[in-house]
Amino acid sequence: MKKDFLKILGVIVLLMMVFAACAPKPTAAPTQAPTEVATEAPVASTTEAPAEAAVPNCGTEPVVLNAYFETGFDIPFKLAEEFTKQYPNVTWDIKQDQFANLITTTPLLLSGENAPDLLRLPTMVTFAKDGLLMNLDNYAEVFGWNDWPVPQLNQNRVAADGTRGSGSLYAMGLNYSLTGVFYNKELAAQIGMTEPPKTLAEFDALLAAAKEAGLQPIMMWGSAKSGMGLAFPLQQLMAAYGPVGPINDWIFNKPGATIDTPSNLLAAQHLERWIKAGYFPADINAIEYTDAAARFGAGEGVFTFNGDWQNAGYDATLPGKVGFFLMPPLEAGGAPAAMSAPLTFGIAAKAKHADCAAFFLNWVATNDEARKINVNIGGSNPGGPLGAVMPAAAEGSVTNETLAAGPVVGAAGNSMDFIANATSAIFAQGWTPELQKMVAGQQDAAGLLKAVQAEYLRELGQ
Amino acid sequence: MEKFDSILSPEKTMSEISNDTPALTRNRRIFPRGKIRHEPIISWSFVLPALFMYALFVLVPLVLSVFYSFFRWNGVGPMTWVGLKNYFTIVQFPNLFGSIFNAFKLIIFFSFIPVGLGLVVASVINRMATGRLGSIARTVIFLPQVIPLVAAGIIWGWLLALPGLVNELLRLIGLGSITRAWLGDFNWALPSVGVIGVWVLLGFCTVLLVTGMTKVDPALYESARIDGANWFTEFFNITIPLLKHEIGVCLTVTVINALSAFDIVWVSTAGGPGNATSVPGIQIYILGFSQRSVGLASALAVMLMILVLIVILPIQRLTRETSK
Repeated sequence: MKKDFLKILGVIVLLMMVFAACAPKPTAAPTQAPTEVATEAPVASTTEAPAEAAVPNCGTEPVVLNAYFETGFDIPFKLAEEFTKQYPNVTWDIKQDQFANLITTTPLLLSGENAPDLLRLPTMVTFAKDGLLMNLDNYAEVFGWNDWPVPQLNQNRVAADGTRGSGSLYAMGLNYSLTGVFYNKELAAQIGMTEPPKTLAEFDALLAAAKEAGLQPIMMWGSAKSGMGLAFPLQQLMAAYGPVGPINDWIFNKPGATIDTPSNLLAAQHLERWIKAGYFPADINAIEYTDAAARFGAGEGVFTFNGDWQNAGYDATLPGKVGFFLMPPLEAGGAPAAMSAPLTFGIAAKAKHADCAAFFLNWVATNDEARKINVNIGGSNPGGPLGAVMPAAAEGSVTNETLAAGPVVGAAGNSMDFIANATSAIFAQGWTPELQKMVAGQQDAAGLLKAVQAEYLRELGQ
Repeated sequence: MEKFDSILSPEKTMSEISNDTPALTRNRRIFPRGKIRHEPIISWSFVLPALFMYALFVLVPLVLSVFYSFFRWNGVGPMTWVGLKNYFTIVQFPNLFGSIFNAFKLIIFFSFIPVGLGLVVASVINRMATGRLGSIARTVIFLPQVIPLVAAGIIWGWLLALPGLVNELLRLIGLGSITRAWLGDFNWALPSVGVIGVWVLLGFCTVLLVTGMTKVDPALYESARIDGANWFTEFFNITIPLLKHEIGVCLTVTVINALSAFDIVWVSTAGGPGNATSVPGIQIYILGFSQRSVGLASALAVMLMILVLIVILPIQRLTRETSK
């Protein structure tokens, strides 16, 4: 009996050793230091480019681009289709997955044998630090991306210390989204709104009027399943009460940055007043993103905070009846601010057709047809060089209003990334539960900021 | 039933094996020499495929989880030894440690109610609905086990929403004042998730208990009835004592389900609102896959495993004693 037991134990240990040997060695990772990748990128571009110093392109030989896109967003698929029309030697092997799954699978995809040439990046700092993403500095140089308006690219830059906002370029945006306040034009007319509010006080008055008229003032989502939507109005209020710089520093993980500032406290208190006044749906903690969009489309809610990615949805449910304005500033004449983030795509460090993928990224922002697709299907600004022609959206589409608002924010230099993107789990572990508590009256403005800051420090310390 | 027995009481089976061993060796001696050498090879060849899979999918991940729990690691980059720091972090942060308390609250809904209710339902089916009605009842009650949980979660989400059917029904019977978004309410979210758990696990318990009841000698019930026993007397004096072993199995499986719950909670609330329904399974997922703190996620997983063992082992011991 004892011998048998020892035999079994022996076999188990042997098997475990075999598997431990087969398992990917985590300690092998340090060899792929970022510096090495930085030197890898130019090698890749020179070996694949037809001639030295020539602009990278897809050549004339058949190329199959290995791509990984996000399920539910048509733009990259349509752009890929158009690209093949213009460059018939390039075909696509596209795989797709939900955003939440991309977060879990991206490290495996990037470190795997068949690393994608082009992929939707859910986050990027750790991938850049671990040397899994291609450093795009050389491409930026060759294609002249560095001359494009600064806010377009700085969110995709990662410094050597892992802070975002400056340093080497690791991704490009297929387009650049913009957030603000959407409103139901018919309901807004009912409460006497003839033009968008110019100050926060005017907006407050409109919300009170909506409440008084028995309408749902703001439609928002807040279920943990889609993440707490109140992070949108909160951040817009933060940018109304204070400058956007410190908010971006916090999102980009600059050393010593904190979200618990006096102006942010005023913003959180303002949001708390909105909650207590009953401006949000009573069941917000159980409403998912799609439910909120559907309910707003069905006429429930005068206003809703969202981004231009929802334009096509609003145009479909309430054609010609949805308007958009940027969150008004605190004082009349102040500069409006907005969250604006690139639809981030990167190239794997081990990609086989990096040049072609980079050429595609450049084509998306500069080709007229691609820009049209971007505006009409994505609803967002296609970015690109200063002075590039902005394609017109369909008549009556809310896209015309969001596109017009983009340059206003750009000129003021008041664009921000999302506070939900500061760390990979700050939305799930910080903002969502704490704002849900605030809705239920279990958390106040000061406690909210303290709790989120503590979670932020815990995650950065990990 | 024997199958569960051997799965759930490994010590018993081990002792049985050891009792059998002398007989086996005695038998072996009868065979000619050549066969003695072959037999271990043959028996190992039967065991090895299963052992291989067990080692691959249970033992290796288990050992690796314990190993990872002592490191700070994002799953890709370099690993840093941090000793027990991950375990201290879990105890320090109420978000993480609090999830363990929620898991214990879930035991009431995932374990006690399905087993208690299952006993009543099984007994009613056994006594009153023996024919076709009985099999229909069993099928209906077992159905939630067959429906994909993700689909069930979406449907329950609609039912329990503020404009959902549950609230409509409440309004219809004049209880409009208590309507709410059940899955979004801090006090009611966990019980609501619990109700979904009861719906899923009641069928499992009922079918197991009905099967157990068919084993009970009908003569016992007959003689009890001749003595004038009603349903309650039968239930408490015959059914429960004779089904202690099956009840033990139900409790074991459902308690493990409660403590390691993930799917039901993920599809209904994803841990919200606040952290009202956050259970270790959800936290492990977020820590490991969103936050990519593999070490911290592993530490919580190891703590969860130890917790499950601490709770399950006494139940196992109790079941073994009563079955003797």
